[in-house]
Amino acid sequence: MTTTSLEHGKDRGASLQQQRARAAFWFLAPMLVALFCVAAWPLLRTIYFSFTNTSLDNLYGGHLIGFGNYLRWRTMPSGAVRYYGTLVDPDWWNAVWNTVRFAIVSVSFETVLGMIVALVLNAEFKGRGLVRAAILIPWAIPTIVSAKMWAWMLNDQYGIINDLAVKLHLLDHKLAWTASTDTAMIAVLIVDIWKTTPFMALLCLAGLQMIPRDIYEATKIDGINPIRVFFKVTLPLVRPALMVAVIFRMLDALRIFDLVYVLTPNSSATKTMSVISRENMFDFAHFAYGAAQSTLLFTMLAIFVLLFVWIGKVDLTGETNR
Amino acid sequence: MEMKFARRFMRTAAVAVLASTAFGATVRAETITVVSGAVGNAVENFKAYVKPWEEKTGNTVTLVPMPASTTDQFGQYRLWLAAGNSDIDIYQTDVIWAPQLANHFVDLTEAAKDLIPQEFPSIVQSQTVGGKLVALPLFTDAPALYYRKDLLEKYNVAVPKTWTELAAAAKTIQDGERAAGNADFWGFVWQGNAYEGLTCDALEWVKSYGGGQIVEPDGTISINNPKAVAALEEAKSWVGTISPPGVLAYQEEEARGVWQAGNAAFMRNWPYAYTLGNGADSAIAGKFDVTTLPIGAEGDSSAATLGGWNLAVSKYSKHQDAAISLALWLAGPEVQKMRALNESNLPTLKALYDDPDIAAKQPIIPQWKNVFLNAVPRPSAPTLSHYNEVSAKFWSAVHDTLSGNGSAADNLANLEADLMDIKGDNNWQ
Repeated sequence: MTTTSLEHGKDRGASLQQQRARAAFWFLAPMLVALFCVAAWPLLRTIYFSFTNTSLDNLYGGHLIGFGNYLRWRTMPSGAVRYYGTLVDPDWWNAVWNTVRFAIVSVSFETVLGMIVALVLNAEFKGRGLVRAAILIPWAIPTIVSAKMWAWMLNDQYGIINDLAVKLHLLDHKLAWTASTDTAMIAVLIVDIWKTTPFMALLCLAGLQMIPRDIYEATKIDGINPIRVFFKVTLPLVRPALMVAVIFRMLDALRIFDLVYVLTPNSSATKTMSVISRENMFDFAHFAYGAAQSTLLFTMLAIFVLLFVWIGKVDLTGETNR
Repeated sequence: MEMKFARRFMRTAAVAVLASTAFGATVRAETITVVSGAVGNAVENFKAYVKPWEEKTGNTVTLVPMPASTTDQFGQYRLWLAAGNSDIDIYQTDVIWAPQLANHFVDLTEAAKDLIPQEFPSIVQSQTVGGKLVALPLFTDAPALYYRKDLLEKYNVAVPKTWTELAAAAKTIQDGERAAGNADFWGFVWQGNAYEGLTCDALEWVKSYGGGQIVEPDGTISINNPKAVAALEEAKSWVGTISPPGVLAYQEEEARGVWQAGNAAFMRNWPYAYTLGNGADSAIAGKFDVTTLPIGAEGDSSAATLGGWNLAVSKYSKHQDAAISLALWLAGPEVQKMRALNESNLPTLKALYDDPDIAAKQPIIPQWKNVFLNAVPRPSAPTLSHYNEVSAKFWSAVHDTLSGNGSAADNLANLEADLMDIKGDNNWQ
């Protein structure tokens, strides 16, 4: 119907292919405009700010200074050269290390646990619908609420986790989970894994349900043991979906902000790249310096995705499945 | 058909607009939005304070409560002000913010000309930047050492004068109470989280050891000295012994939580905890008293960090006149007296220290007059717009030291180098 009406339109001369492309463009245009406004423009603005000396007190008064926020140096009267900028800022590299450590550990745990949960949910049992809905609850709670809730549960004086662990003799004394630099990162990891495993499980479950049932019937007839079936049949078939899920989570984990900010504010053991960039932008009014850190974070994310897609041969377009 | 509809719609709209302007002209009720950090019963109390003003003017006041952490508040406010946000009319500001936020607020010198002579000059001075009165003083603050007089009596210990005496007394009471069956009892609670509050606590340790005040009034960086190192080493020895290891994540309210449940012998906190500690739901009502903070050694003097809150009217407010009127009411003698009675907030008006009602209900207030008059200011004046960064560097160095991440001497030496970078060649300009 669409094609007939288009053929009778004033573009009668154009080929069908061209007309389709043009129609597609107009259908996509609103989305492109929206994406430009909410994604591309702020991104470009941030990158621009990172090359200026803008301060929060004077947002429109900055001028271009080149790479000074990233790296600059000054020769002291004694002849020694001092370096300044994000790239030589130990606080920044501490944040990078915290973020990378957090992302790798949390995503590994979430992938394994999510897969296990998905395998359980993929089996037929009574009340499966209810369990599937229930397991999503941690994901549905806003991070600020779950972070505060866990902060109370992890409290050293009245927290239920310390109380239970001491009563069950898992700990010999109450731990100050969020205060101690040794356990602050563990506390953040526990909460993040608790919160995000359901999301991972959901993505894995979607992948599992795409595997044709008759393959499993064939393995059953051949009498292959379930562990072998998992590694030789399930895992290879679910891999494309799993890889996409891991990319999603990795991107999310590398830019983590809210959980760290609420659970362990200002702790150098858990400060991530986003946290330190916000601190510079708003607490210290070094808007351009914070923008430079945001730009570096964006660059790292972009490199990570490219590497992951290239090394893992992940098909993000979904064309081969067709 | 469509045209007819459009015309009818336009006519109705025009009538509605006319009606609303006419109505607005007669009533002109405005809603003033105040943003403030909230501790204890602040939200309920605030409603009582603004009620007379609302009845008198017909306007309404909305309170936007913020997290208690002044660091979190500041980040949010700076963002709103930089964006020229007109949703907030009045900001409750910390005593240290005036130099950093002065450009965003209305000059109140003219509006407050009747109030200023009644205030303590040093407090008005702290809120004046380049001749402009940035904010009206609401209440002032200077911390106290809270102690359990019943327990001091029980274990026969004197009120400690030095930090060493405090540690010894705390240890004795803690050991005794734990042996008596309260495993959660601690000697001393304070604010060790990495935030502005730790800057206050640590400034008191350093200053009371004779170690200066981080950056001196003339802009000199003085923090890297043996007395400051000794002060931080002393504080570090408390963590895990007389203070819970979790104290490194405590702010005011966490410390008060442990104290008010009856699980601490000593607490460093602001005067607001005095009323709350004597409240009906408190386990320690009537069992505690306050004194000045301890000193390093004989010959040093006690140091209390000057705190306090003020009201500033946003330059971007659309109801500036009403907002200024509300700020004057809230900072005026009636509300300051109510605050003193309800929340043991220290008034900024001289006359209220001789008020018989306050002296009867809040004996801490007249007693505290000299403490805050001699309080140590944080180095917000000499460091100008860099104060936040200086404070963050300082509390990070202290927090690292307390959590065993580097020695006090190393951390203070690094801090000195960092501060010199921030100071630059132009004395903090």
